[in-house]
Amino acid sequence: MIPELGHFALILALCLSLALAVFPLVGAHQGRSSWMLVARTAAAGQFVFVAFAFGCLVWAFLHNDFSVLYVATNSNSALPIPYRVAAVWGAHEGSLLLWVLILAGWTLAVATFSKNLPERMGSRVLGVLGLIMVGFLLFVLMTSNPFDRLIPAALDGNDLNPLLQDPALVIHPPILYMGYVGLSVAFAFAVAAMLEGKLDSEWARWTRPWTIVSWMFLTLGIALGSWWAYYELGWGGWWFWDPVENASFMPWLMATALIHSLAVTETRGLFKSWTLLLAIFGFSLSLLGTFLVRSGVLISVHAFASDPSRGLFILIYLAVVIGAALALFAFRAPKVTTKQGFRLLSRETFLLSNNILLVAATALILQGTLYPLFMDALALGKVSVGPPYFNSAFLAPVLPLLLLLGFGMHAAWIRQDQQSLLKRLRGVAIVALAAGVVLPWAVFDSTKLLTVIGCVLGLWVLLSSLIEPLARLRDGKRLTRGLVGMSVAHIGVAVCVLGVTITSAYNIETDLGVEPGETVTVGGYDFTFQGIRRVEGPNYSADEADVRITRDGEFVAELKPQKRVYRVQKSPMTEAGIDGRMGRDLFVALGDPLGGGAWSMRIQYKPLVRFIWIGAILMTLGGGLAASDRRYRVAVRHREREKEPVGVPAGEPA
Amino acid sequence: MTPRRQRMLSVAIVVIGVAVAAGFALRAFNEDLLFFYSPSQIVAGEAPENRTFRVGGLVIDGSVEREPGSLEVRFVLTDNAHDVPVSYSGVLPDLFREGQGIIAHGQIRPDGLFVADTVLAKHDENYMPPEVAESLKEVHQRASGGET
Repeated sequence: MIPELGHFALILALCLSLALAVFPLVGAHQGRSSWMLVARTAAAGQFVFVAFAFGCLVWAFLHNDFSVLYVATNSNSALPIPYRVAAVWGAHEGSLLLWVLILAGWTLAVATFSKNLPERMGSRVLGVLGLIMVGFLLFVLMTSNPFDRLIPAALDGNDLNPLLQDPALVIHPPILYMGYVGLSVAFAFAVAAMLEGKLDSEWARWTRPWTIVSWMFLTLGIALGSWWAYYELGWGGWWFWDPVENASFMPWLMATALIHSLAVTETRGLFKSWTLLLAIFGFSLSLLGTFLVRSGVLISVHAFASDPSRGLFILIYLAVVIGAALALFAFRAPKVTTKQGFRLLSRETFLLSNNILLVAATALILQGTLYPLFMDALALGKVSVGPPYFNSAFLAPVLPLLLLLGFGMHAAWIRQDQQSLLKRLRGVAIVALAAGVVLPWAVFDSTKLLTVIGCVLGLWVLLSSLIEPLARLRDGKRLTRGLVGMSVAHIGVAVCVLGVTITSAYNIETDLGVEPGETVTVGGYDFTFQGIRRVEGPNYSADEADVRITRDGEFVAELKPQKRVYRVQKSPMTEAGIDGRMGRDLFVALGDPLGGGAWSMRIQYKPLVRFIWIGAILMTLGGGLAASDRRYRVAVRHREREKEPVGVPAGEPA
Repeated sequence: MTPRRQRMLSVAIVVIGVAVAAGFALRAFNEDLLFFYSPSQIVAGEAPENRTFRVGGLVIDGSVEREPGSLEVRFVLTDNAHDVPVSYSGVLPDLFREGQGIIAHGQIRPDGLFVADTVLAKHDENYMPPEVAESLKEVHQRASGGET
């Protein structure tokens, strides 16, 4: 009964989303206030029904209702309760329902927090979100209904994929989806502005906090995914350039570019078509990501449930959304552009370079991700594109980006005097250069050119981000959240760059066969294999090794890596043992028995690997500070007063 | 500089920058393309020597040999028509098993032994790498086509 109620609630939600799509858009076009008023009510109703449907599915999981096909394939009566909830989004149907729930949530948030938007603008934004919702609800109801019954009911479920039974993966999809779907808000704002034929600084001030918030979720979601891959996939890699990872990374790059382009639109009223285009592409790439992950066209370590007919639906949807948005762009973009000059050396130029380089990086990653598909479709052979391509394709635009970032933060709008910029940054440049060359050499005894470049650029961005906030503190000037947010986010970038550079250069990874009692030395640490024993978990049994780590005779840690076999799915799983410190991780993964009591093990020493995720957390934090800046909170009053000219001094956050 | 010239200059810088980046990327791209060959194609001599590529197939039952206490493993991959011996040193993935479809990444030696540096098995019990599935299907079709 409950699952049928859920199904019914979804159908009602579809009716409401149709209302949300039609009435506000038509009403805004014809200037009918009563039609536009439908928007907020429909958005709220839609959320209530989707949330109810989601609740029904959660209920079915918690009560082990194995008469529901989706529950029977993804849960088991022995599955611990938290994982039963996580199993709701453990496969295609449920994760799509989660997507829909989050979209409904964002729509409701826009309806609630945008009361200060002009009526027509607000209606249009909500109407576009409603259109997106219609597509996704149709997708759920037509191809992927999670409430389908299984008759006769299964006695017990097939269990959740063991890989997904992990705390990080309980929250990874919701957070990542918050980011993916959040880009639909920026998209809706862009489409609404094009329909309106008006795009000004005020528009950018509405759009920017929404974009930053969804960017924060994307950042955090990607970092969580990388962290999960690091310890759960079992082999200590933190990024694989896997198609599914790329699918989340490309929207992130676009969103990053969009935030910066919005900065120019907000303060200077420039880059308008750029901003619109980036908003369209950002959302298109997150739809493309869904298509790639769900259609099964790509081979991936993360591509769980997949089905070609669903892929076709998403592909058509994608074509309609992108096609319509770009057509609108072609007609309306010329209407909104303004011509205003700026000098070559100015913040505008730096932000333009930021945009171009980020778009170039995205394009190169897109090429590498889609190329195997084209080759296969044209029957030119089966290829895959390896990580070396992605590494170089990504570094080529990103290294100059980091260099320019250090300058750009200090450049003034419109025109910047070359001498004063160089004077301001000279000290920092010298320190970054010296430390970047000497430190890796001093700590690790050897270095390579790329390592030096990475360290120098990381330190350069780090120190450069500190100048302005420190100078303001010293002079007793006011620190706005916008400025602090920008600095913190850029420090996050720097920390991440340092982590990636050092880990990639000085990571030690060895596969060894070890016998009980044997000691091996990796990266200056002694690993003693003390033996193996059998342990029983709630729904798995495991071989657990006991590895004692010492350094110069002093105890460091005792790790217990496991090789689990889950009882229902019979699949083996490696649970790595990790001793994590700020400066380095020690990582032990258990392989196979080699006979005679010996086991194969993969032992790794990974310096500064944590910096990668700490950097991502700092970026998120910075985004949060920037999005809560006073000028967005007082936007209401701003609008009511006569519009005042925006004068922004050098170093002001943007 | 006039604003117009300045604009031309900035456009030129951008174009050159993008061209250089694209050039590097394309070069890297060609070097890093990994082709897939089935055991039949390798036996027929279609696979390149001295170049890394991927081979996929089923691990033949009973073909996995391991020196006790050593990380060296040898096994034979098949597409049910032809076989390719593979050697690998290291920790095998969780789902590596006899009878399972896997993909190995490495180079072929002149004596016909494929030396793998990576072995991939998908994290799903019933998973068959798409390339392997297709090459098996092809062999099957050829076999049944020959009978009729």
